[in-house]
Amino acid sequence: MTKTGPIKHARRALLWLGVIIIALSAVLVSGVATNHSTFAPKLALDLEGGTQMILSPKVQGGADINQEQLDQAVKIIRQRVDGSGVSEAEITTQSGRNVVVSMPGVPDEKTRELIQASANMEFRPVIKAGSWDPLPKAERTPAKDLPDPKKKPENGSDTNWVDAALQKKFEAYDCTAELAKQDIEPADPAKPMIACDPDQHVKYILGPVAIPGTDIADATSGMQQSQQGFNTGQWVVNLEFNGEGTTKFREVTERLVGMQGAQNQFAIVLDGQVLSAPTTNALIADGKAEISGNFTEESAKALAEKLKYGALPISFEIQSSQQISATLGADQLRMGLIAGIIGLVLVALYSFFQYRLLGFVTIFSLVVAGILTYLAIVLLGWAQNYRLSLAGIAGIIVSIGLTADSFIVYFERIRDELRDGRSLPSAVETGWKRAKHTILASKAVNLLAAVVLYIVAVGGVKGFAFTLGLTALADLLVVFLFTHPTLQLLATTRFFGEGHRLSGLDPSLLGAEPLYRGAGRLRTYRPTPPPSKRNASASKEAERRQTIAERRQAAARSGAGQSSATKENDNA
Amino acid sequence: MPNLATWGNDLYTGRRSYPFIAKRNLWFAIAALLVIASIIVPLVKGGFNLGIEFRGGSEFTVSQVQHTEVKVGEQAVKDAAPDHEPTVTNIAPNTMRIQTERLTNEQTLQVADALAKAYGVSDSEVTSSFVGPSWGADVSQQAFWGLIAFVVLVALLMAIYFRTWKMSLAAIIGLFTVVIVTAGIYSLSDFEVTPSAIIGFLTILSYSLYDTVVVFDKIRENTAHTFEQTDRTFIEQINLAVNQTLVRSINTSVVAVLPVGSILFIGAYLLGAGTLKDLSLALFVGIIVGTLCTIFVQAPLYAVLRHGEPAVRKHNAKVLAKRGESQVSQAATAG
Repeated sequence: MTKTGPIKHARRALLWLGVIIIALSAVLVSGVATNHSTFAPKLALDLEGGTQMILSPKVQGGADINQEQLDQAVKIIRQRVDGSGVSEAEITTQSGRNVVVSMPGVPDEKTRELIQASANMEFRPVIKAGSWDPLPKAERTPAKDLPDPKKKPENGSDTNWVDAALQKKFEAYDCTAELAKQDIEPADPAKPMIACDPDQHVKYILGPVAIPGTDIADATSGMQQSQQGFNTGQWVVNLEFNGEGTTKFREVTERLVGMQGAQNQFAIVLDGQVLSAPTTNALIADGKAEISGNFTEESAKALAEKLKYGALPISFEIQSSQQISATLGADQLRMGLIAGIIGLVLVALYSFFQYRLLGFVTIFSLVVAGILTYLAIVLLGWAQNYRLSLAGIAGIIVSIGLTADSFIVYFERIRDELRDGRSLPSAVETGWKRAKHTILASKAVNLLAAVVLYIVAVGGVKGFAFTLGLTALADLLVVFLFTHPTLQLLATTRFFGEGHRLSGLDPSLLGAEPLYRGAGRLRTYRPTPPPSKRNASASKEAERRQTIAERRQAAARSGAGQSSATKENDNA
Repeated sequence: MPNLATWGNDLYTGRRSYPFIAKRNLWFAIAALLVIASIIVPLVKGGFNLGIEFRGGSEFTVSQVQHTEVKVGEQAVKDAAPDHEPTVTNIAPNTMRIQTERLTNEQTLQVADALAKAYGVSDSEVTSSFVGPSWGADVSQQAFWGLIAFVVLVALLMAIYFRTWKMSLAAIIGLFTVVIVTAGIYSLSDFEVTPSAIIGFLTILSYSLYDTVVVFDKIRENTAHTFEQTDRTFIEQINLAVNQTLVRSINTSVVAVLPVGSILFIGAYLLGAGTLKDLSLALFVGIIVGTLCTIFVQAPLYAVLRHGEPAVRKHNAKVLAKRGESQVSQAATAG
């Protein structure tokens, strides 16, 4: 092996490492410069303070929940939480079963209930439509002209539902203000209500519930098919009711189809908000309705999803709720960092103790691994909104040891090769060849464990598995691109190459110098005491009977054992 | 440390050798005793000290408390929620923990308020959490599946890497020894079993096998050409490998245990109960037990599994015969 080979390789590896670190840093700096990211990692609630609720969705009837339904549940909760005025709330799913809501501060009772409540979807006939904004005071109906219904309303569309109070409230109703309040206390299904349609920018007085959302069997979006079976190129939402819903829908459409103006419409209301208020063009007896309008593919899909969700009222059970004060969070962060520093210092001390100046390589390698981990965490925080939790910090601290372990495996390998009498540059190369496989295999075990842990972990501990896996990867990068190349370069220096007493690779300490080198790599081992002068001839006799391989081994054995039988024979 | 380095040399050359494999029955007996004890201890103690995650209920943590009196907290809870019997503990300096049965949302806020007043701290120092009764069970069920998945995958990985299922089997049996003994020690320490602790246990699996892989790799290397020589028996080769990797095993586990120990110290003494403490105790014990187990259980077990193979037996006989022969000839000359 030429001397330039390893050095060239080392330089190239270090260059690559530099490129990786500089590239990641450049991305980060550009992120910070454009205000998309910060230099500090994003912190999870247990370090920042706030509330975390883990909710498990419950479907009526106890059926299992599928991923699609869970995704919809998340959408609904997100809408509710955002609407309740809590900023920066994060809603994620976990293990395909739970919904995790994290928010800064302490949510009030109302927000908690809001999050837990099941979605409430209903179909109500429209009685009256009005403008989004409140009617100017001058245009409002004078008190004497306000309706004063004497008769009992006959059906859901009957204007007799509207009494003076409701009319007054309706005219003064400010949709923008009301929606901001997000006061979605469920309206009485047997009474009329006022609801706003944010898409169409109108508000309605709606009659009592005609069909509950649970009567929806299915909702899909698709292209409209004309009666001749042509594709009209229009996006529509197809709605299908179950048996009971079909009967009710038939009644409603039968009545509405003959009505004029707004009363021809029925409104689909979700959590007090009008999703859509289609007009009724025909009596629908088979429970299969088609909602058409100016849908795009996306808006049709979105409405269909919401309708489907309404068909399946999911309520949420709080599995665990944790509220952490900002002070405790800061405390935990500080303690976590202190634990990390103590751990790092102890590992550094032990490395010096064991490996002398070679310990510096360990420490620098750990620093490089730390830089890579830091960059990965901050960038993941930016790209994936990854937040570092206390468990995550624990994972990083634990991995200090695991990372240093791969250096130890490597260093000990080099020492083994030195003991076999190799020169340092050659020991570094051979040692690396062997240590590489061991490190790869053992890191594969670590990574596998981290991935399995990450998949099964519930709660904040997921962060632990995540950093454990992340640092295992960083470790591999560092061993390949930093530790080994650095040793290759150090091996060429006089200090290490000649095995200075403080280098940690002192051959005399390793008992390396007088070893017989010819037969190579066989380990010295003496199951029987070394032959003495007395039986030298006998062993010579035995030697004659050995095979070539055995003879070589014997030579290696006796040579390495520092009591050479052949030498003694010469003397004799 | 020069001594450890020279000791390492002696171990490497075989000048000094510990009978890890030869005395295997002794180690197995000790391991079996420990496993049995680890199963009996929790049984005698009436199970593990399960955390609130497994029982369900409400928990409050009050930090920055000047007078850590238990009675103050009990009184505060009784005033705010009369029907509930609280458990108040001083878990760390200036930190109180109050656990009750499940409270309603309203009660939770009231109790938190009352505790803040009683201990004379601001509202922001009171942390509350609520756990449904099925939460812990959920976590353990997930952990159980995780364990199964990990064991199956890692057994495959090792069987492929080492190209022998016997190493896999020895490693996995040893793994269970580690987990059971660690659980026993955990039970003895009376620490609470929380989801964090369970994750700690799962992490031991990873560490314990990491160590085993390093040693087994050396065993594989040493035994690769065993049959081509007659100096050492197969078993002796394994023993040499374990001896040669002894310094490595000690160094890696010391280095692994140091940071975990610092988390344990911070977690247990400064922060009190919580993620750090639960996670690190399981890990701390697990790393030590795992390292010992690799040397005393997994490697000897592998030797036992290979011992009966015809090729190993034949080679064994050959080596011993040769050794006997040379001794006889030596004795003849000496006489």
